[in-house]
Amino acid sequence: MSGGGIAQLAQALRARRVSARALAERALAAARARSDLNAFITLSEDAALAAADRADAALARGDAAPLAGIPFAHKDIFCTRGIRTTCASRMLERFVPPYDATVVERLAAAGAVAIGKANLDEFAMGSSNENSHFGPVRNPWDATRVPGGSSGGSAAAVAAGIVPFATGTDTGGSIRQPAAFCGITGLKPSYGRVSRFGMIAFASSLDCGGVLARSAEDCAHVLAAIAGHDPRDATSVAHPAEDYVAALSTTLKGIRIGVAREYFGAGVADGVAAAVRAALAECERQGARLVEVSLPHAHLAIPAYYVIAPAEASSNLARYDGVRYGHRCDDPQSLEDLYTRSRAEGFGREVRRRILVGTYALSAGYYDAYYLRAQRVRRLIADDFAAAFATVDLIAGPTTPTVAFRLGEKAADPLAMYAADVNTVAVNLAGLPALSLPAGFSEGLPVGLQLIAPAFAEARLLAAGYQLQLATDWHLRQPTGAK
Amino acid sequence: MSIDHATVRRIARLARIAVAEAELPALADELGRVLALADALAAASDAHAVEPMAHPHAQALRWRDDVVSETDHADEWLALAPEARADLYVVPKVIE
Repeated sequence: MSGGGIAQLAQALRARRVSARALAERALAAARARSDLNAFITLSEDAALAAADRADAALARGDAAPLAGIPFAHKDIFCTRGIRTTCASRMLERFVPPYDATVVERLAAAGAVAIGKANLDEFAMGSSNENSHFGPVRNPWDATRVPGGSSGGSAAAVAAGIVPFATGTDTGGSIRQPAAFCGITGLKPSYGRVSRFGMIAFASSLDCGGVLARSAEDCAHVLAAIAGHDPRDATSVAHPAEDYVAALSTTLKGIRIGVAREYFGAGVADGVAAAVRAALAECERQGARLVEVSLPHAHLAIPAYYVIAPAEASSNLARYDGVRYGHRCDDPQSLEDLYTRSRAEGFGREVRRRILVGTYALSAGYYDAYYLRAQRVRRLIADDFAAAFATVDLIAGPTTPTVAFRLGEKAADPLAMYAADVNTVAVNLAGLPALSLPAGFSEGLPVGLQLIAPAFAEARLLAAGYQLQLATDWHLRQPTGAK
Repeated sequence: MSIDHATVRRIARLARIAVAEAELPALADELGRVLALADALAAASDAHAVEPMAHPHAQALRWRDDVVSETDHADEWLALAPEARADLYVVPKVIE
């Protein structure tokens, strides 16, 4: 798919220079050829070819939907009717949902062809994709390194050229961090912009569906298909989505970009900071104005997040009880034994740890000191953004403090792993949209520039990314062996 | 933040997750270190002045018309159960 953005592919499909079936077969073959990456948990060949044939028929009739025939992958957290949806957990190893998530329905209605379900950290809890029951995903740029997480399979599949885009979810950085580590573009929309219906819940006030693709332009095409109100998700916002593709032509001229001082703090590698500053200098050449801003509570984002997210997870994951669906232990001696052993066996180490942390934070005697306190700090963090956006249009910084780390490097120390999210979690706490864009390389590995916008300003965010990508070619670089 | 074994047992009981005795030391250490992150929250003196934020957007829950929106999918859901009989989920005997 080299050089083939979604618009070019759509054009080739409409001109009948290539068929949807050929694209689907090529993507499936590429996924199999790159099984070394472990980017997929399930390939859905039959469903993909049937969807491709429907797209070809619509293209032949001339009434094809916008994404007709474009192959892609779903993060295996979106429920797909009749196709196993595991969330990378032993708990859901054999779960075949009887319904589709709204994001799945909308992409199908837009004609896109899902080739399979991408690997992830179990229940989206992780920053390296090492917490998958189905094994870690490898970074296409360096097989000894992690692709980031939790949408690691989605990021690796796009970076390796298997598919032009993949769906992802972002609770604390799970789209942006793997996008940065894999040298691709990742969009986390505003909370409420994309329906959570059928998206397996981790932390419901933070979870957000989004896109991983090669470019901001491609993210705009996909967001256009998945954004919008859904009555089946009470937190889905009512106001209509914008025309994200039409808005791309807005230049950077006069756009005020706030460079967040705290996002270049201790722990940010020099090479990463230098690459991001160079990308921002390019924005300046395009007419943007760089302004230093401060987010004084940024250092509290990780502590607040690692109370709120586990608390919500402990509540959400209470549903896995070994009774209604999911893993059940052998030979339960009592109902209590059934619950406790099914859950101990079904959940991996990090998921168990977060459930326990969350249970503690919500337990009698600790609720005020942990959960309520974290929610107050969440307000301070959101207020910091609101104050900064009074004077700037976008906020920028490195997506991650370092380039992709080595497999196993942080696996033994949860706190070192959590620190990988230092520049991403605050965005989720505030519910804002953010984009990670390829911004060059450090140590031969991709670096991500994070742009953050006020709530529901996705059009502004994507336009800025598109304009930067018109002037640079970082997003066109591909690792050796890419399809 | 130090978490003792009794606390880990109590939390595991609340969370309905079986924890073996041999796992207690490592879990106590890990939970203690993760929960110690929250010490920084206690030091945020300006947090008293603001209301807790449960959700990104202040929006009222919408009303919908009181009409049937879901048809009967009981069979599909029961088919997912580890054990079901006669339209019922089966669990070990609760009352002796």
